[in-house]
Amino acid sequence: MGDFIIDIIAATLRVATPLIFATLGELFCERAGILNLGIEGTMFFGAFSGFAAASLSGSLWVGVLTALVGGMLSGWLMSLFSVRLGVNQHVSGLGITLLMTALSLFGFRVIFGESRVLPSITPFKQLSIFPNSPVLGEIFSQYALTYIAIALIPIVWWVVYRTNFGLNLRSVGDNPEATDAAGINVYNLRTIALVIGGALMGVGGAFLSVAQLGSFTFGIVAGRGWVCIALIIFANWHPIKVLWGALLFGSVQALQSRLQLTGIKLPYELFLALPYIVTIIALTLAGRNASYPAALLKPYKRE
Amino acid sequence: MLAVEMKHIYKSFGPVKANHDVNFDLEQGEIHALLGENGAGKTTLMRILYGLYKADMGEIFINGEKVAIHSPKEAIAAGVGMVTQHFTLVPPLTVAENVVLGYTNGVVLSQREIEKNVAAASEKFGILVNPSALVKDLSVGERQRVEILKALYRNARILIMDEPTAVLVPQEVDVLFESLLRLVKSGLSVIFISHKLIEVMAVSDRITVLRDGKVANTVKKSETNQVELAKMMVGRETFGVRLLDACETSEPIYELSGVTLDGKHGKKVLDDVSFCVSRGEILGIAGVSGNGQGELTEVITGLVTPTKGSIKIEGRDITHLAPGQLSDAGIGRTPQDRHEGTIGDLSVAENLALEHIKDYTQKGLLDRKKIRDDATTIIKEFQIKASPGDQLRKLSGGNMQKVVLARALSRKPKVLIASQPTRGLDVGATEYVRNRLLEERARGTAIVLLSEDLDEVLALSDRIAVIYEGRIMGVVPSAEATPEKIGLLMAGAVQH
Amino acid sequence: MWTRALIPVAAVLATFVITSIFIILAGANPFEAYYNFIIVPLSSKFSALEVLVKATPLIFTGLAVTFAFAAGYYNIGAEGQLYAGAVAAAWVGATFTNLPAIVVVPLMLVLGFAAGMLWALLPAFLKVKLKVDEVVTTLLMNSIIMYFISALLNGPWRDPETGWPKSPEFFEAARFVQLIPKSRLHLGFVIALILVVIVFIVIKRTPFGLQMRAAGASKAGALFAGINVNRTMLIAALVSGGIAGLAGVSEIAGIHYHLISELSGGYGYTGIIVATLGGLNPIGVSVAAMFIGLIDTGAQTVSRVLGVPVYLGDVVQSTLLLVTLSMLLLQNYRIKRI
Repeated sequence: MGDFIIDIIAATLRVATPLIFATLGELFCERAGILNLGIEGTMFFGAFSGFAAASLSGSLWVGVLTALVGGMLSGWLMSLFSVRLGVNQHVSGLGITLLMTALSLFGFRVIFGESRVLPSITPFKQLSIFPNSPVLGEIFSQYALTYIAIALIPIVWWVVYRTNFGLNLRSVGDNPEATDAAGINVYNLRTIALVIGGALMGVGGAFLSVAQLGSFTFGIVAGRGWVCIALIIFANWHPIKVLWGALLFGSVQALQSRLQLTGIKLPYELFLALPYIVTIIALTLAGRNASYPAALLKPYKRE
Repeated sequence: MLAVEMKHIYKSFGPVKANHDVNFDLEQGEIHALLGENGAGKTTLMRILYGLYKADMGEIFINGEKVAIHSPKEAIAAGVGMVTQHFTLVPPLTVAENVVLGYTNGVVLSQREIEKNVAAASEKFGILVNPSALVKDLSVGERQRVEILKALYRNARILIMDEPTAVLVPQEVDVLFESLLRLVKSGLSVIFISHKLIEVMAVSDRITVLRDGKVANTVKKSETNQVELAKMMVGRETFGVRLLDACETSEPIYELSGVTLDGKHGKKVLDDVSFCVSRGEILGIAGVSGNGQGELTEVITGLVTPTKGSIKIEGRDITHLAPGQLSDAGIGRTPQDRHEGTIGDLSVAENLALEHIKDYTQKGLLDRKKIRDDATTIIKEFQIKASPGDQLRKLSGGNMQKVVLARALSRKPKVLIASQPTRGLDVGATEYVRNRLLEERARGTAIVLLSEDLDEVLALSDRIAVIYEGRIMGVVPSAEATPEKIGLLMAGAVQH
Repeated sequence: MWTRALIPVAAVLATFVITSIFIILAGANPFEAYYNFIIVPLSSKFSALEVLVKATPLIFTGLAVTFAFAAGYYNIGAEGQLYAGAVAAAWVGATFTNLPAIVVVPLMLVLGFAAGMLWALLPAFLKVKLKVDEVVTTLLMNSIIMYFISALLNGPWRDPETGWPKSPEFFEAARFVQLIPKSRLHLGFVIALILVVIVFIVIKRTPFGLQMRAAGASKAGALFAGINVNRTMLIAALVSGGIAGLAGVSEIAGIHYHLISELSGGYGYTGIIVATLGGLNPIGVSVAAMFIGLIDTGAQTVSRVLGVPVYLGDVVQSTLLLVTLSMLLLQNYRIKRI
């Protein structure tokens, strides 16, 4: 039983990793006032570009870096439509997701052709921080990216609450008029936020291909981006709460996959759907109390 | 040396001369009030000083030096700060964060340091704020203090206050005035924009009155009084005012009693509003913009339910009816903003039919012939320059207003709500709309006319009610109404 | 008005220019590629009919999205509602084995519509009652139904003989008739065209349609005119779900004859592209659906002839959506400036 729990905790951290990256990415976007529904496609593109670059270069870290740059590109594209042109954020975000998904599938076929064998790489090894402890050793035997994700939480908190950039970011998502009046360029600030956000989403996607799977499959992201959209509301746009939300969702998933392995007859799909159902409930409950950035979804037009 | 000197300032918006050869100066350490009616050019002048507008002609000197200010940023650098009714604050941030926003150096934001700095500034200027409080938890008066501190923190030595009391409750006004008086003692110079005589007399050293974009006069407070100032504002002699009862008519058909609407922060945006209107009578509601006319329109057109009070037509209570039901009950409704009360993407004919869609339905389908035919008739009757199929948004303001009016009048209502019916219209369209209202009056319709155009109210109304800070200050019969009397009531000079 | 019709054409041309980059990256000649993309599929009867086959589900989902968007409700859940309709059809098609086609087909349509509505109900209700953003909830509902279907196909509906995750085969009467022998074009296409007319009439010719368009174009204006905006939006959302459900019925009864989890190739999402391109006009939607159907068919030709990955079609479609959106916005700017 003890082993089982330790195993679940370790798996939870793994499952939560891409969620942490991408939700922190979405946090930057939404704090700036942009709902980035391009998240799903950006993660997918990160998974693809990370895998492709790692496979071609032979270096996993080059893969992660490529996914980061690819995510930035996706965030910049999003900014072109939602910030510069002021297109409806819902539709432009979905457009970005469709485009980045299509480009990934297209690029994958161009690079790897239509081979019957799924191309694969040797993924990241798990690093054990406490090799001598039976419990902690098991739990903290994780991918480097998982440690980075956890380290990112306080870093993002610091950036948002303890830097001048963070102050500008928090104000632009709530009152772009006031931010503009204070002499800050609203358009540039929002673009930067989307680019940073895209970078984190890209890395989150790359975790799936470069660390967890070692290959790129078409169902690799499977709606995780949408979960992140809900997680950010659940977390009330606060970096620390992102961690708790991601762990909660991760634990449900980890639990279901472990239960499946035990052979107990359970409709495991119900467990898989559970995070989505919980999300809708969370959205409903949060609906009235959530402190949405006031300018979210509103394109800014200078008078 | 003068803190500010503005010489021969000209500024036009199209045909409108907002500022015409305006001279204005501000001495070091004085409070100088800019007084005038809506559209007299007060705010335009100050927006030029703050770099929001560029003057067509004229020179500006600050502390004796000639300056060219192209943006608020440059104004701030020159030591000019401006606080408007529309606060530029970010509610979820702390007071300290709001104060330093955009005025920070380096990468790191030390909460302790900015809170210390803001607390120091708060103490230095005697503007009491709690640096670590969230702005969203503050009252309007406290928020205004943050705005003032924000300007002072940026080293403003000249502070422009645009209608600062409009959003405040009386106690907060007192606190504001105390702060301003203390600040000028320490060397700050203040320009105080207002249309309220009492306040101007209470706080300023000198008063410049603007009328129709020109300076009417600049006087010392000690050498003038409310009546004289009111005269300067409207340009004629003033008389005493005899107040009528709000319901002194023979055959009231439409009646509001005790209508009250709570706004944010516990301030009543409508406070015990009562009046009645008879058949064939126009009741004009005059008032300076933002004194509750918008909320009153929303309440009597059925968009908002009042907190207290009742509305009756021919004795029948219609307080809680939905917009469509009000229309069926005989109320002709026009919106205060023609763009918000119509659907720009739909055609003229569709907009005309929308409110009474039941009448245009046959066997479950739209009776498009009837919609078009009726629209054609209405377009002809109201001389609207459009065809039934034109998208409404493509019409000129005048034609759009005619559509709005026609929609309400085509049903032969017993009561017509006309809110800002000629705002933004050209002379011809204005004339048409006014004549049309008089025709309706002759037909026996009871009309409530809400307008910020005092001339319009005076020209059309049988009785005039003045609204000030959500209250009806008094009702004056048109025979006795002069711009001066109404102007005094509008400025809150005479209490009921 | 003519500029409004010009936008899709200009958008298509701009998209072709942009996507040429990817064709070149894939090592092909763009002109050759677009020849195979657009011309070749229309030059044989079989492939031209295949365009209509591909267009059929897109007409349904395009209409579904149009119906909701016109009322100002952003239904992104057509994909999930499609599957809901398909589940209902799969149940009917494998259960009532002794009923004639004349009964079974309408029954499938009715239940498929109802299932789509049911799947659209929760987000619509939450939107109207609690102001919960429908975009996120409809998206989540799409994910949820995939797990539900997976549970069905791995549980009660698993093929007992092969063990494959697919529902029992439809009996003959439940299968849509083929319109033209040896082609895959089926009754669903006709139903889609009938629906184009019905949706056109509802949106453009009924009182409800007018109220719906009013609510979608200006909430404030609609409220002033006394329209119950929430009720209008709720109905529009549910009908939209129902229409998307019919897409599922059509695909399963016309093509696959059993439920599989790959039933839709993202038709629900493509419906957003179709509706945007078609200018939220049912007639425009049918044309746009056929154009997207052509791109889908053409992508296969390009892939076969030039070896360019078939996903070029998806790249073209998503680029087209973004380009069209930008152009619509720029055109609105121009109008306001005049």
